[in-house]
Amino acid sequence: MLEGGLLIAIYVFVLAGFIGFEVITKVPPTLHTPLMSGANAISGITIIGALLIVGSSDGLLTQILGVAALILATINVVGGFMVTDRMLRMFRRDRGRERSS
Amino acid sequence: MTLDLDLDIIILSAYLVSAALFILGLRYMGSPATARFGNTLGASGMLLAIIVTLINEEILRYELIIAGVLVGGVIGVFFARQVKMTAMPQMVAVFNGFGGGASALIAVSEYFRLYDAGTEMSLDTSVTIMLGVLIGTITLSGSAIATGKLQEVITGRAIRLPLQNILSAILFAVIIGLAVSQIAFEANPIPFVALIALCLVLGVLLVMPIGGADMPVVISLLNSYSGLAAAAAGFVIGNPILIIAGALVGAAGFILTQIMTRAMHRSLANVMFGAFGAGGGGAAASGVAEGATVRTGSPEDLGVLLAYADSVIVVPGYGLAVAQAQRQVRDLADLLEDRGVDVRYAIHPVAGRMPGHMNVLLAEVDVPYDRLYDLDQINDEFERTDVAIVVGANDVTNPSAREVTDSPIYGMPILNVDHARNIIVLKRSMSPGFAGIDNPLFYNEKTSMLFADAKDGLNRLIEAVQEN
Repeated sequence: MLEGGLLIAIYVFVLAGFIGFEVITKVPPTLHTPLMSGANAISGITIIGALLIVGSSDGLLTQILGVAALILATINVVGGFMVTDRMLRMFRRDRGRERSS
Repeated sequence: MTLDLDLDIIILSAYLVSAALFILGLRYMGSPATARFGNTLGASGMLLAIIVTLINEEILRYELIIAGVLVGGVIGVFFARQVKMTAMPQMVAVFNGFGGGASALIAVSEYFRLYDAGTEMSLDTSVTIMLGVLIGTITLSGSAIATGKLQEVITGRAIRLPLQNILSAILFAVIIGLAVSQIAFEANPIPFVALIALCLVLGVLLVMPIGGADMPVVISLLNSYSGLAAAAAGFVIGNPILIIAGALVGAAGFILTQIMTRAMHRSLANVMFGAFGAGGGGAAASGVAEGATVRTGSPEDLGVLLAYADSVIVVPGYGLAVAQAQRQVRDLADLLEDRGVDVRYAIHPVAGRMPGHMNVLLAEVDVPYDRLYDLDQINDEFERTDVAIVVGANDVTNPSAREVTDSPIYGMPILNVDHARNIIVLKRSMSPGFAGIDNPLFYNEKTSMLFADAKDGLNRLIEAVQEN
């Protein structure tokens, strides 16, 4: 598949991991649940793989596996981003406190 | 689909934009004020990646795609709308499992595509397929068990087979053996299917012996795995956006796992293989003096104490969520704030069933996020605080973690509730917490116990405060 690309793919993986580490370390504990469900939605990126398989393969078995993957990944993407938004909408600042201080 | 760098330049550029949007989105998650925007950025990145993938000329069968996306979309919307905030850990566990399952399915279908075509699999391809299957299926079945435990369909207690760890190790060795034989010799579907089945069993075996109280660690770890599974699928089909997004999620889960194990003062290996809370134990050291007595307070007296305090810190634990008493806590806090009392909340990292869970539960009942403080921010404040109210929390307030070197929880970071001038502990009974040990805080001379269900006890405190 990747031929000479495998090493580059590993570079990409490792560097993206470091970026993730740096960025996510700064997320405060208050937001850890939305962070996790949001990250979860991002891991639904496998939807791309599922789309390619369903869209381009001919065999019955690969089609079935692909559609199953597509459904699971779509649940992950749609449900994940929506529920994260639902949670984040609830977080609000203390207006009363601003008034008193 | 076996191409990577031959992919259309437009598609690859769009994937790069998606990756940037994911990273920026996670960055904006760094503050509650911008987090919603960050989530929208992440969703936009995903949408962009999906759209450019669909314009790919390889894609021919749009009917099946539309059907799959519709089914998945409807289910996703249903989940996202219906789930209760208390059930958020189960939902995340289910989604982790789906993510892992989808990645595994991609690896499996790539295997069969190449097998059917009679193509010789290169070393890279077969290694990454095996990795994708291994991580993805373990995530799938492990998450299923974690969901069952969180939903209490499966007992939350640690279930251990005899020789559990040895059994898992043997199973793992067999799986690796099967995988190596697929890689080194020719692809053979029958052992490959056996390998998938054994991976599913391994996922079950790995999560079964982990107790309910350790679920925050398990969910975080499975979150990390679901990311790694996506990255592995990216290696299989040679797609950089899967690799990048997967690595980001893998890192997120890894950091949360670390935070959770540190909050419990245990190693990951101990959580995974130590079977904490499996029972037995016997009398553990707790630092409670022989003959120490517990003082109970009447709601009326405690109401007076609260009503005339200057500062109050509320320490919520999972017992609060079980009793569904978040609203009562907020009502009590509102009442006190109206009287000029400074009310803050001290949230231990493992106060809920997943990282940050308690914060979401309190946000749901309109507790402002800037009143929620984590351990490091608030621990020095207790000594300047008139009253600390502990509601449904136990082990995370146990001073023996600080003082008694042979206590099983020694070294665990705790909230220094015992430093407050007065302490109210609202609890149903004297029963110990998950660690199964006595809590000297309850015997502290500054502590008044109020034995009641959280909702009931808080309502009585509210009435008492109102009378002052």
